[in-house]
Amino acid sequence: MEYSPNLFKPVAKDIEAAEAIVRPSVTYWQDAWRRLKQNRMAMVGLWTIVVILLIAVFGPMISPYSYADQELVAQNQGPSAKYWLGTDDLGRDILTRLMYGARISLTVGVLASVLNLTVGVVYGGISGFYGGRVDNIMMRIVEILTAIPMLLYVILLMVILEPGLQNILIALGLVYWLSMARIVRGQVLSLKEQDFVLAARTIGANNWRIILRHLVPNAMGPIIVTATLNIPSAIFTEAFLSFIGLGVNAPMASWGALASDALQVFRSHPAQLFYPAVAISVTMFAFNFLGDGLRDALDPKQRK
Amino acid sequence: MGSYILKRFVSVVLVVFVVSTATFALMRAIPGGPFRREKALPPAIQRNIEARYKLNDPLIKQYADYMKNLLKGDFGPSYKYLGRSVNDIIRDGFPVSAVLGLLAIAFAIIVGVPAGIISALNQNKWQDNVAMGIAIIGVSVPSFVMATLLMYVFAVKLRWLPAAMWGTPKHAILPMLALAAFPAAFFARLMRSSTLDVLSQDYIRTARSKGLSWTAVVYKHVLKNAILPLVTYLGPQVAAITTGSFVVENIFAIPGLGRYYVTSIYNRDYTTILGVTIFYAVLLVLLNFVVDIAYRWIDPRIKLTAAKE
Repeated sequence: MEYSPNLFKPVAKDIEAAEAIVRPSVTYWQDAWRRLKQNRMAMVGLWTIVVILLIAVFGPMISPYSYADQELVAQNQGPSAKYWLGTDDLGRDILTRLMYGARISLTVGVLASVLNLTVGVVYGGISGFYGGRVDNIMMRIVEILTAIPMLLYVILLMVILEPGLQNILIALGLVYWLSMARIVRGQVLSLKEQDFVLAARTIGANNWRIILRHLVPNAMGPIIVTATLNIPSAIFTEAFLSFIGLGVNAPMASWGALASDALQVFRSHPAQLFYPAVAISVTMFAFNFLGDGLRDALDPKQRK
Repeated sequence: MGSYILKRFVSVVLVVFVVSTATFALMRAIPGGPFRREKALPPAIQRNIEARYKLNDPLIKQYADYMKNLLKGDFGPSYKYLGRSVNDIIRDGFPVSAVLGLLAIAFAIIVGVPAGIISALNQNKWQDNVAMGIAIIGVSVPSFVMATLLMYVFAVKLRWLPAAMWGTPKHAILPMLALAAFPAAFFARLMRSSTLDVLSQDYIRTARSKGLSWTAVVYKHVLKNAILPLVTYLGPQVAAITTGSFVVENIFAIPGLGRYYVTSIYNRDYTTILGVTIFYAVLLVLLNFVVDIAYRWIDPRIKLTAAKE
């Protein structure tokens, strides 16, 4: 069979159809959110955190008791209609104290993490951005500090500063920014060679603007992951400090302090230890799941 | 290699110096001094006590004396227990803590490493899900919760094991489990990811395609390479076990150094806090140094890159 040109028909050029975008473009954050939503464990973690947060904020408001109200005729009671989770050895409502404890533990976790984030981002940002000798000296300092077992120094600081919420934050903030500084430095070091930084510089942006508006936002993924995973370790450390008697002042109670108090009556009333233990563990689960999920979602290498 | 060890050793010495100086400075920064109470002592007695412990010397001299004694391995007297030195306390407590810590780290490796490898080799199958589910419980439950839980179930309810004290092997089981839970879970998670990483390497594909059996590949290639990163985390995990021992020894009433340390915090026994903190810090720094050197020695790839530098 012969092929002659009249067998073919030209197709009209449809520029619009060729240029049409079939799928909506997704930004980095939309994409990360989409992947996070597919991660069932991470979403369980996220919702658990939301629930704990709501309980921490509104629980103590609704409760008819305060964390310090003692009713000495009702010591160490089991759960009842009046006291849903029973009372402790001073006749204080355990549920109310648990909800106050959530406030303190979450506050410590989040604020300590924000503090570490601020110090770490500024330190790591400067170190990575200026490079050379500045970087060398700043990273040597980090290296030396990393070699020191930090929990010992948190304990020491708490001995010196006297127990209390504010001092826990100071001690944790002074000590746990090292990993954040390292991560930010690494990110900034690789990002600063990119063209958009050169572009920003050519239109006259100064160093601070470049660090804060260009480098840090682009390094946000790893920063968020580290900050999220810092929250449970801060809660962990606070619980540990309270447990060895260096936490918040009585009658205020964090979960660690509640567990420590409950240990005194553990043989006769084991349930009192059970509640704060479950609270701490569930919170740790939730943040660890969310942190792991965020790491997977924000890692561009895992993008499909 | 030799110059690297030397360089690292110099930095270790520097760290030890910074640590002991900082610890000394922090302890001296406490307002009031160790013998000021709410109830004021007669000034003569106050002066006598301060002279006895050389607290009326200028700070620089106190510091120089303390450092000189430290070099000789002398941590000074305890402020709380008359006639007992910090060295006595360390000598009494440390062997107990060391035995418990070594048991815990051994248990963590023996359980955690195989669990992680099995998980990775059965990725996303039930073995993986079960092992990683337990591991996430292990990293999320604080050691004091784990300790009390174990004590309640095995000592109070089932009465299989003693609830407290130290002495027979039976006494060591529960505290060891409580201490080992976190590192075991951590090692399992670490081994899983490092094994998965090795499995995706080209040399594994090469080994398979030249006809090696799967078992031979796993034993000869995967395990050797996957276990390397674990070595670098030994140091931090030992540190975690050390701090874990502070609470676990207290809960199980074990006469170890961790328990003495916490007691000295309760008592505000400043020289003991100072001495034991420096002891722990130096111990952990030295341990990290040894682990670091061992890692370079084991892993030929690092030797190569270090030589290029």
